[in-house]
Amino acid sequence: MTKTKEPGAELPLQQQEEVTIRFAGDSGDGMQVTGNQFTNTSAVVGNDLATLPDFPAEIRAPAGTRPGVSGFQIHFSSADVHTPGDAPDVLVAMNPAALVVNIGELKPGGMLVVNTGSFGPNDLRKARLEKNPLEDGSVDGYRVIEININERVRLALADSPLSTKEVQRCKNFYTLGLMYWLYSRPLKPTMNWLQEKFAKRPELVEANQKALQAGFNAGDIHEMFQGRYDVQACDNLPAGTYRNIMGNQALGLGLLAGAEQSGLKLFLGAYPITPASDLLHQLALYKNFGVITFQAEDEIAAICAALGASFAGCLGLTTTSGPGVALKAEAMGLAVSVELPLVIVDVQRAGPSTGMPTKVEQTDLLQSIFGRNGEAPIPVLAASAPTDAFDCALEACRIAVEYMTPVILLSDNYIANGSEPWKLPDLQKLPEFKAKFRTNPEGYLPFMRDDRGMRPWVVPGTPGMQHRIGGLEKEDGTGNVSYDAENHSLMTHRRHDRVQSVRETIDTPEIFGPDKGEVLMLGWGGTRGSIQSAADRCRAAGMSVANMHMRHLWPLPKGLDEIFSSYKCVLVCELNLGQFFRVLRSEFPQYNFLSYTKVEGKPFQSVELTRHVQELLEQ
Amino acid sequence: MTTDAKLKAKDFKSDQDVRWCPGCGDYAILSCVQGVMAELGVSKENTVFVSGIGCSSRFPYYMDTYGFHSIHGRAPAVATGIKVANPDLSVWIVTGDGDALSIGGNHLIHLLRRNVNIKVLLFNNEIYGLTKGQYSPTSRQGLRTKATPFGSIDHSFNPISLSLGAGASFVARTVDTNLKHMREILLQAAAHKGTCFIEIFQNCVIFNDKVFDEVADKQVRNDRLVTLAPGEKVVYGSDGDKGLRLNGFDLEQCSADEAMVWDASTASAAPAMLFADIDRASDLPTPIGIFRKVERSVFENDVYRQMDQVTSNKGPGDLKSLIYTGDMWNVD
Repeated sequence: MTKTKEPGAELPLQQQEEVTIRFAGDSGDGMQVTGNQFTNTSAVVGNDLATLPDFPAEIRAPAGTRPGVSGFQIHFSSADVHTPGDAPDVLVAMNPAALVVNIGELKPGGMLVVNTGSFGPNDLRKARLEKNPLEDGSVDGYRVIEININERVRLALADSPLSTKEVQRCKNFYTLGLMYWLYSRPLKPTMNWLQEKFAKRPELVEANQKALQAGFNAGDIHEMFQGRYDVQACDNLPAGTYRNIMGNQALGLGLLAGAEQSGLKLFLGAYPITPASDLLHQLALYKNFGVITFQAEDEIAAICAALGASFAGCLGLTTTSGPGVALKAEAMGLAVSVELPLVIVDVQRAGPSTGMPTKVEQTDLLQSIFGRNGEAPIPVLAASAPTDAFDCALEACRIAVEYMTPVILLSDNYIANGSEPWKLPDLQKLPEFKAKFRTNPEGYLPFMRDDRGMRPWVVPGTPGMQHRIGGLEKEDGTGNVSYDAENHSLMTHRRHDRVQSVRETIDTPEIFGPDKGEVLMLGWGGTRGSIQSAADRCRAAGMSVANMHMRHLWPLPKGLDEIFSSYKCVLVCELNLGQFFRVLRSEFPQYNFLSYTKVEGKPFQSVELTRHVQELLEQ
Repeated sequence: MTTDAKLKAKDFKSDQDVRWCPGCGDYAILSCVQGVMAELGVSKENTVFVSGIGCSSRFPYYMDTYGFHSIHGRAPAVATGIKVANPDLSVWIVTGDGDALSIGGNHLIHLLRRNVNIKVLLFNNEIYGLTKGQYSPTSRQGLRTKATPFGSIDHSFNPISLSLGAGASFVARTVDTNLKHMREILLQAAAHKGTCFIEIFQNCVIFNDKVFDEVADKQVRNDRLVTLAPGEKVVYGSDGDKGLRLNGFDLEQCSADEAMVWDASTASAAPAMLFADIDRASDLPTPIGIFRKVERSVFENDVYRQMDQVTSNKGPGDLKSLIYTGDMWNVD
């Protein structure tokens, strides 16, 4: 038997440092699966990467229409990656709607791979197009690769027992195979995944594997491309064991780890809400860890049940998004008043009201810090990237337990559904914060204080220490209901001071770039990658620009005064209309803060940030 | 300290001064509950009273047990968290008609459908007392209050039919003027596994005084109230000579001999619903007692049963194997 030549072996192999690909198709086309498989394989070959899915809020918008377009972008590189990439180098468009929705963002001269099998008159009509965009000049200036994937898949699977409809469902794996060929990726990880995924339906395993292989072979056979590319493994990553992970998953694991480190049973009260529901789905799997998940009748019940569980000695947790935070506000105030640990996760989405549930925004910051009746301070922190969500979840649990307080952890849609390689943590080195229940009735009062200002946590069932807590103002020490003026002032200050004292155990953020200069770019939450990339570019262009990213947003860490005084201006970049900017300006009125904002439901592009800084410096 | 010695009613009194209006029906209920706690021989430390907001919701402060005075309407949610977190605790909710049926209506029905083993005492005085006299969801149509100077036009909720409709496994009614009956109901509720819903006719002396007198006043109650006791004939009257029976889908008065035998555990809640729907203004007597008592699975038991099942299938959770999984690679 003669050994067949590897397809495409005679084509020149070009090394590229980094590539951004966007897969776009109908929401029923399996673009998320395709993107995730490409991601996983790229991770396995050692690239650094970042991904961003972009899907409609509707489960199945009408097929072939513009609102039904689902996209997945991956940026992979042999160097450090901070973002899923501004503009794609390659756009894979499975139908006309996917083409017109995304073509504007493809880099000039970029590669466009089009499935011409879905460009018939009917497809054009569904996308509300009068002319075929492949023929009307819309795609001029791009390298267009036209391929009838529908037909190719039909031929490749001619022997398959699957129905015509099922055969066409394998289109995405054909496309994936083609992209694997183009970027010299191995097929094995996806072959294995298919084997596992469809273990109970061998005919689907076979069909999809065949489609994948056919797509891969097509790269060579059909001479569509002038060359193949390779993106080498990234050798800048710190040593360790890695896997790729999505933000919501990392957050869920961090909460689980937080419960383990505190020695408490985790009780999640949650109500379904996009984009936080995945956390409920994930934690519901962990019953063998003793995790209790309670899908409540509404957002309010979810947090109230979690708080009840905290009273009874669990680590209470509730996960939600902006509208849910609004509904939970009163119960958060109760948690502040009764001084019990509680973790509230807000996976932010675009608002106001229902807004754009699957789009990114950072507009819940002021709601989180100030959005309650009365003086009801709550520590607030924000995850900055998918993998950082793990560390932040642990940190939120630590603060809640060590300071007997509700804590709000902000994530966002970009972090939740984005992914990146995760250097797996050494579990022996995770922070320890074992919760202590008081059981000694000697001298006990429900609202007595230790030297750190914390009240003792006594759980029901503890003999001789029966006590009542509630939302009415409490007398210092005894916790008895009190309307005394001086006492209310004292208790209000105690609650304030306790939250402020969190500053003692948090770090001053790291500064990247010069420790004094013209501009300090400052961000928080999921914008870290874009800001880091932009600042890197500015420095490479010789600009006097430093950058910092803040995890703890309330209370503010120590050492900021010294940092802010070292730059002519602090440019606060955020996806809202200047919420953190307002906080900083009111806390540090003596410094020159500037605000750069965007509210398009999309992340920052590092290019736009760079351009803005450049303009600022030219003024 | 612990409960070796038999506790008395006074052992369940906290050191707080009780601050309801003089003559309020709540005093009688508090004293009855404290007596029943002693009679049940429960330990103070394993008992938790949870409430929302309203006059009745001050109740936990007066019990020397654990207590949580939460926010308006949310006691069922808070209590569910407590009970599921620690099923060994005996958890009681004290609530009112505004707290449970208006702002907290959603939580109440879901508590009842889940059948968490929690006892709910709903003090129904058909008025908002703490906010000084507005009409409540149980106020009679036409009631004049500060908020309804020309009479309420709202149709009212019937707490018993509402809870029957929500699938409650134990539904009862008692009155603040008959502590003997209240004691019996509380004892039966304590023995029931699952959510117990107990409506208590409770007089608000300030804003809705004597609203239940037409049926519950000592002068008339023998003829105007009828007690539903499972297994016993549905009879009433000063001489015990009157009864109720079914005629098609209606209840009708009959002699004691012809009275139906009460069954609170029928497959359908329909018979209970017929009794629940007897209006105080009707000629028929208003029922108190046990409307419904059925066994069904208890929420928190199922939570832990499922947890045990999953653990025995998958083995105890190991964080490391959860994190170190899938396609991993090493960077040297």
